[in-house]
Amino acid sequence: MTSSGAEAIVVDDIHKSYGDLRAVDGVSFTVDHGEFFGILGPNGAGKTTALEIMEGLREPDRGSVRLLGIDPFPRKVALLPRIGVQLQASAFFDKLTAREQLETFAALYGVGPARAAEMLELVGLTDKANTREDKLSGGQRQRLSIACALVHDPDVVFLDEPTAALDPQARRNLWDVLRAIRERGKTIVYTTHYLDEAEILCDRVAIMDHGKVLAMDTPAALVRGLDAPARITLERGALTESDAAALPGADDVSADEQSLTITTRTPAPLLTALAERGTLDGLQVRTATLEDVFLHLTGREYRA
Amino acid sequence: MKGPFKSLAIAMAKGFVRDKATLFFAFVFPLMFLVIFGLLFRDIGAEKMKLGAYGDGEVITALERSGVVELERFATAAEGEAKVRDGDLPGLVEATGTTVVLRFAASDQAKAGTVQGLVAGVTQQLNVAASGQPPKYDFRAEQVEDSSLKSIQYLTPGILSWGIAVTAVFGAAITLVNWRRKQVLRRLRLAPIGITPILTSRVVVTIGVAVTQALLFIGVALLPVFGLTLSGTWWLSIPVFLSGVLAFFAIGMLVGAFCKTEEAATGAANIVVLPMAFLSGTFFPIDLAPKWLQTVSQVFPLRHMNDGVTDFLVRGKGAEALLLPCGVLLGFTLVVSFIASRVFTWEES
Repeated sequence: MTSSGAEAIVVDDIHKSYGDLRAVDGVSFTVDHGEFFGILGPNGAGKTTALEIMEGLREPDRGSVRLLGIDPFPRKVALLPRIGVQLQASAFFDKLTAREQLETFAALYGVGPARAAEMLELVGLTDKANTREDKLSGGQRQRLSIACALVHDPDVVFLDEPTAALDPQARRNLWDVLRAIRERGKTIVYTTHYLDEAEILCDRVAIMDHGKVLAMDTPAALVRGLDAPARITLERGALTESDAAALPGADDVSADEQSLTITTRTPAPLLTALAERGTLDGLQVRTATLEDVFLHLTGREYRA
Repeated sequence: MKGPFKSLAIAMAKGFVRDKATLFFAFVFPLMFLVIFGLLFRDIGAEKMKLGAYGDGEVITALERSGVVELERFATAAEGEAKVRDGDLPGLVEATGTTVVLRFAASDQAKAGTVQGLVAGVTQQLNVAASGQPPKYDFRAEQVEDSSLKSIQYLTPGILSWGIAVTAVFGAAITLVNWRRKQVLRRLRLAPIGITPILTSRVVVTIGVAVTQALLFIGVALLPVFGLTLSGTWWLSIPVFLSGVLAFFAIGMLVGAFCKTEEAATGAANIVVLPMAFLSGTFFPIDLAPKWLQTVSQVFPLRHMNDGVTDFLVRGKGAEALLLPCGVLLGFTLVVSFIASRVFTWEES
């Protein structure tokens, strides 16, 4: 890898407006080499525009981007082989099979057809090699489009909502693919509106809303920073409300028709006490998540 | 740049071959027109005029020998006249002794004139011969290779040019719109390749398809049932043909640059191609159209491609006739390509 400083990407105060809409309104961050960086936020937060500016597809109204030490806009042919961009899952040639798509894209980068098989293996589509793109399922198309972005072995990979509109099983399959890419030492920048997913996959996340970055850190640090209590939920009838309130560490108790919820900042002794009473049936422990962080930052419920 | 060019050309060729609807409209649909019109118009002009005849003598014999008309003989004059009255025959010649009477139906002026001229001519010829004097005016009839062709001779270049125009325009336009909408263009722009391999690969595929169409249409037209005969300079039609393909490719690129959806591109391509097809001599010789329409049709590239291909494929013109159609078509290509390159956008927004 040619040296271009410690950071793979430096974004400095970029702005982009479409008419009156400030799609990106002063965003700055850096992404290290080998980092899995997530940009989160609801639809319309400005994630895709920020990504397209980083990729060099759009020019920022203000601010600057350094991608591997180079300003990506206007199009820099020398930079292109080093970046891989996953596009929407329909960006394929008509009527070609999965293998043919990969071979065609590989040839655009002067890469031989042997890489196609390797990429199909990576994204788990080996048995679909001879299936035409229009016969693939949504999840398979997403995986193929990621394989197309990786076929020339880029250093930095941009993935725009790779798990959007997938069923839960397909999403989990894709997580494995994303982890495998990261293990290859790639720098990954990806956008998602699934906060739970970002929490699992990302080294660091930036939470965006209305074109601005509201918070940026590791998911764990963001959640910890909330200093939010854990909520332990039990089946209704397992415990009376007064018994629950008497448990060690119980700060607050609330009940509805199905369940009883105990709020605590010290879950360990409380769970021990519950275990001693043998009332662990149907127990759920819910700690704060990025959704709570979002709620805290914006004052409104997260809606993807 | 060989790699990207080759792989893109192969990708597009496979996409074309695997699309049954495209194959139908490129090969079967125009061929249907060729077959239908070829068979429908096959006998036009070849049929001889019929003429009723009563009596005999030199005039009847001379008419029969002229080979221009087919005589239908009647036992009585009344019987023949009844046929003329019914409109079954354009006229009846009654030759009794030295009197020749032509009874004709006035409903068809052109036929009536032809019949009168013919019978009068034959009669006068015999009069001159009978007088024993040498004729003062020497009259000879010589056949020339005229510009009105047997129907298959103009149908083949016409339908060929039209079929190729439709395929080139639609192919280029739909590919461009589809690639933009599906972000394939973005993917290509993110790859380290220039615009040249993208454009040339599409042009090469378009030309490949056009050549296949031409071989198929001409091959079918050459079958004895249609009876196309190629002129000695048929190969000179190749430059006209290629210039035409480029012109229509450029039109397709312009349509594709303007339109945002495939539906819009299909509509726009039809608006461009259909009037051209009707006014450029695809299905009938443009010489039959009113003068002003012939002038108007000069603005259509299809007219020039059609004329140019016809000139060499069947009329046997020399190389000097290449200049006009090729010049017009290539000039058209340059102008339209330039406009298309100004209008073109990589992205949808």
